[in-house]
Amino acid sequence: MQLILEKRTERSGTIALISPLIAIGMTIVTMVILFAILGKNPLLALWAYFIDPLTDGYSLQEIAVKATPLVMIAVGLSLCYLANVWNIGAEGQFLVGAVAGSWLAVKTNGTDAGPWVLPAMLVLGAAAGALYAMIPAVCRVRFGASEILTSLMLVYVADLFLDYLVRGPWRDPAGFNFPTTAEFDPVATVPVLIEGGRLHLGAIITLIVVAAVAILLGRTIKGFEIRVVGAAPRAARFGGFNSKQLILLTFAISGALAGLAGIIEVAGPVGHLQPGFSPGYGFTAIIVAFLGRLNPVGILIAGLFLALTFIGGEQAQIAMKIPLDVTKVFQGILLFYVLASDSLILYRIRLVSTSRQVPRGTA
Amino acid sequence: MELLEAVVLSVLAASTPLLIAATGELVTERSGVLNLGVEGMMIMGAACGFAGAWLTGSIIVGAICGIVAGASMASLFALMALGLAVNQVATGLALTILGTGASGLIGAGFVGERITPAPHLYIPGLTDIPFIGRIFFGEDAFVYLSLALLTGVWLFLYRTRAGLVLRAAGDNHVSAHALGYPVLRIRLHAVIFGGACAGLAGAYLPLAYTPFFIPGMTAGRGWIALALVVFASWRPGRLAVGAYLFGAVSILQLHAQAFSLGIPAQFMSALPYLATVIVLVLISRARTGGSTAPAALGTVFVPDR
Repeated sequence: MQLILEKRTERSGTIALISPLIAIGMTIVTMVILFAILGKNPLLALWAYFIDPLTDGYSLQEIAVKATPLVMIAVGLSLCYLANVWNIGAEGQFLVGAVAGSWLAVKTNGTDAGPWVLPAMLVLGAAAGALYAMIPAVCRVRFGASEILTSLMLVYVADLFLDYLVRGPWRDPAGFNFPTTAEFDPVATVPVLIEGGRLHLGAIITLIVVAAVAILLGRTIKGFEIRVVGAAPRAARFGGFNSKQLILLTFAISGALAGLAGIIEVAGPVGHLQPGFSPGYGFTAIIVAFLGRLNPVGILIAGLFLALTFIGGEQAQIAMKIPLDVTKVFQGILLFYVLASDSLILYRIRLVSTSRQVPRGTA
Repeated sequence: MELLEAVVLSVLAASTPLLIAATGELVTERSGVLNLGVEGMMIMGAACGFAGAWLTGSIIVGAICGIVAGASMASLFALMALGLAVNQVATGLALTILGTGASGLIGAGFVGERITPAPHLYIPGLTDIPFIGRIFFGEDAFVYLSLALLTGVWLFLYRTRAGLVLRAAGDNHVSAHALGYPVLRIRLHAVIFGGACAGLAGAYLPLAYTPFFIPGMTAGRGWIALALVVFASWRPGRLAVGAYLFGAVSILQLHAQAFSLGIPAQFMSALPYLATVIVLVLISRARTGGSTAPAALGTVFVPDR
């Protein structure tokens, strides 16, 4: 038997719509097998992962809180991936944004600075994220260095820089030697939406970002250029689109959004800067972007779904002692199935028996 | 002199996993496939390699487990990227994410355990020669294996017909297909070879470098190996130079930390990563005349029947 791909004459719209659902279904089947291997009751585990978090208000808010950075980063990344530009260092831009915004929070800590602090922090975070993303973008445009490798290397650099700051100059003097900054002042904190709850203003900002990117992609010439450069580079060249400028632009936007997400996360749910405050949002956002089919609204849904797996993973760990790494395995498998089912949009898969076929093209 | 000997020995040890992983990836990329999942295959090799060695007490079994783990991960990549013609960059990323999670799951039971690391060669007389004795005749088997592997790959690529065909598939898959060569099968073998090497490189870490396993212990070495292939302009000879250079940077920053020059430790730890960025820029810039990358690198090939 041999697996043969046949190109469809046109891309299948039905499969484009249901491919994320196929992927999620296949992932769940795989997870059932994995749970069984781990010696856990698969049905109970699935319940803990996907249903339990939806049953109480606290978890629902927590899902939205986790989805906020995921969606914001993923929407930016989708612009890159649509233009066939590979920014995989969003985690680094996320951390640098958090660091830059925290600088102001640390400097104004304990002073009676006015309510201008938080907006200024958000601007700083976005600007720093964009600037940090410009390093791989400029290396690519100016010198032709692979942006995949440079952007990824800068994640490690950002991580170490953050570590240095909170263990050195920015350490909370009253923090019992823990590597963390002091708790941010109220004026340097993202306000919550409901008194006593966890959902914060960042969720609203994320929705605005999703809408803005949807308009950029669907209603503007720049958005059209981004899509053409990725889908048909030759046509883009004939059209006179400046592909270098588009690399810089998509990197700048995705870096700014990752940086903004970083400072919102630190000034919101976390409340202070500390190492390891991100459970790899910048990497999970890559999965979110693909699961959402690089479409802003799709990404919003995909972000909520992956946030559910984070919360569900924590609950499954507490309730059933399922290791947290299962969540990462789950996310990796999901990305595999998403990519595989995307292949069905362009190709039809056929199994051909090799015994009957005259072997052509084999030596 | 003794310090210098210690530095050279540790540079060789630090370079070996980079060299093994990069050698495998070089063959993969020469066949036209860009597998970005080296980091994921390496960390799986590390987890499975340690598990194998700890359970059986044998370093060789551990190394084989690492190779099998890396090759299985690579087969998964091949199924996606070659079988289903999925974008190679995205598939490689998926492989790394999956490998990071799965290695944590496998390795969780072994955190805190120790094994006896791979023995070093000892030839009475030769190994006792001052300075050069231990460097040339006192390494562990992986160091010699990595050099043999590199030589073998060089001979294969440039001195055999099969190597020529593999390079042809990487430079122009349409022509290779038209000449009747099974492009996808060649690439499948190259991808699995690359995965086996990455798995072995990962297994080296807990079997010889440090005698224990910690999650995420590859710490970006897989990505540096990918950068090394670019650095080497896809030529095996330059790969050795690059690997030892990078090993030297990562060891020198450790020694500099020990001397505490007043530079924060984190800045020194960032050096290998910054060096990678700088080297990529310099290499890419020097090459403006024309790319030396395999022409079909990273492009999808679906044979028409």
